[in-house]
Amino acid sequence: MKHRIIVFLALATPLALGDEFSQKDLERWRAEFNTVMEKGEKLFHSTLGSNQVSCDQCHPNGANTHPETYPKFQKQLGKVATLREMINWCLQNPLEGKPLPLDSDEMIALEAYITWERRGVPLAPGKH
Amino acid sequence: MSIDRRTFLKHLGAASAAATLPFSLVEVAWGLGSKPAEHESFTFAYISDSHLTHIKGTRFTSNFDRGLRKAVMEVNLLDPKPDFVIYGGDLAQLGKREELDHGLELLSGLRPPLKWVIGEHDFYLDMGEYWQDKISPLYYSFDHKGVHFVVLNSILTHEAWINQWTTPMERMLNMARLDNPRGSPFMVGERQLRWLREDLAKYDDSIPIVILSHSPLYKIFKPWNFWTDDAEKVQKLLRRFSRVTVLHGHVHQVLYNQIGNITFYAMMATAWPWPYPVSYVQKPNQVPKLTVFMNRADPFHSRDGTGWDILDMDSGAITNHYQLWLNENRTVAFDFKLKHPVDLKFQNPDKRIPPQLHY
Repeated sequence: MKHRIIVFLALATPLALGDEFSQKDLERWRAEFNTVMEKGEKLFHSTLGSNQVSCDQCHPNGANTHPETYPKFQKQLGKVATLREMINWCLQNPLEGKPLPLDSDEMIALEAYITWERRGVPLAPGKH
Repeated sequence: MSIDRRTFLKHLGAASAAATLPFSLVEVAWGLGSKPAEHESFTFAYISDSHLTHIKGTRFTSNFDRGLRKAVMEVNLLDPKPDFVIYGGDLAQLGKREELDHGLELLSGLRPPLKWVIGEHDFYLDMGEYWQDKISPLYYSFDHKGVHFVVLNSILTHEAWINQWTTPMERMLNMARLDNPRGSPFMVGERQLRWLREDLAKYDDSIPIVILSHSPLYKIFKPWNFWTDDAEKVQKLLRRFSRVTVLHGHVHQVLYNQIGNITFYAMMATAWPWPYPVSYVQKPNQVPKLTVFMNRADPFHSRDGTGWDILDMDSGAITNHYQLWLNENRTVAFDFKLKHPVDLKFQNPDKRIPPQLHY
């Protein structure tokens, strides 16, 4: 039954190949990313915790966050940690706030902004 | 965990610290190869960039309070006592009266007399009104033991930028954001330049000059205002003097440079460290090659990468003792042979250590 449906759909729309996309698609996907990245930029410059401190106070333009080096061994945590765990560490300590769920929209937005500001830098996992 | 003597001393409480004097001044570095004294040598201290932040009611951001309290306690332990203390600006985070009053309260414990430099975080809420009323003039000069000190307000900017905001707090918040694409460059301005020219006219070329400003009086990185737009005009007025030093805050890091006859030292912040502009790869920078960077800060220790400075003034030159909390202190002294400042331990590239690499 399942096979029959797939065959039928393929015959009905022969041009809708899964791996093809247009310039318009590229623009839409970039716009989707930019929306999330810009939301991240706003969050990064907001007082997300309880003490009126924002991420950009220590990390203007996301500098000194080194997203390209994660995951890496974080001696203070005694384990290999991800960038998202470090974002949460900052939210809980310097910002005296609550951690974000690792898969939340806000966390993804912060990650998008931090990595965007570091675009072009080669990946260097584990680097200190 | 092993703990060396220096770390042990640094972690002692205030009472025992007074007995062991970890901050006592040993006259180790009166400028390298210094000439015979041209004026009476003396010492002063510099505290800067505390960014005291009002939350609500009696609550302030405790991390930043702790930095300033620690600096005040340590300056009071200096023996011999410094002749005076400079406060280098950005006492407040958003220029609020609560923040400036809180800063005055914390600094009231300081024993030596204070001299004040204003920062942009103190200024842009009410354009310096409360500061001038309760704290200090915005620019002035004074003489001390044969050295002429000039305080400048270097954080002025264009009138059009100042007047574009709906509320004073909107203006303050836009100036407070370091990486703001809608920011505006700092400047000294024509009126103050005229005043500076007249002030300096009374002095012979041989008198040592120390300029105190919040922003660096040279150009490092415009996107973060590590920058003064009319810096060259100030430098030009200082060119005829044989010994000129500029001490500035704002950049929250170990930073030093030499441009012609002028030596520049950045002072430490008590609040938090800022990255070197080399760490932001999207825009070019002019970070001085002379500077040996401070260690990358450990975010898990809130006082790491912060501190204050002890300054020895001798033969017209300054030896800068960076007091770096949770880090080995650094001493940068003017070398009379090389004619620029050098770090006494790390200047040689072979002596550098991995934490000094910023990327």
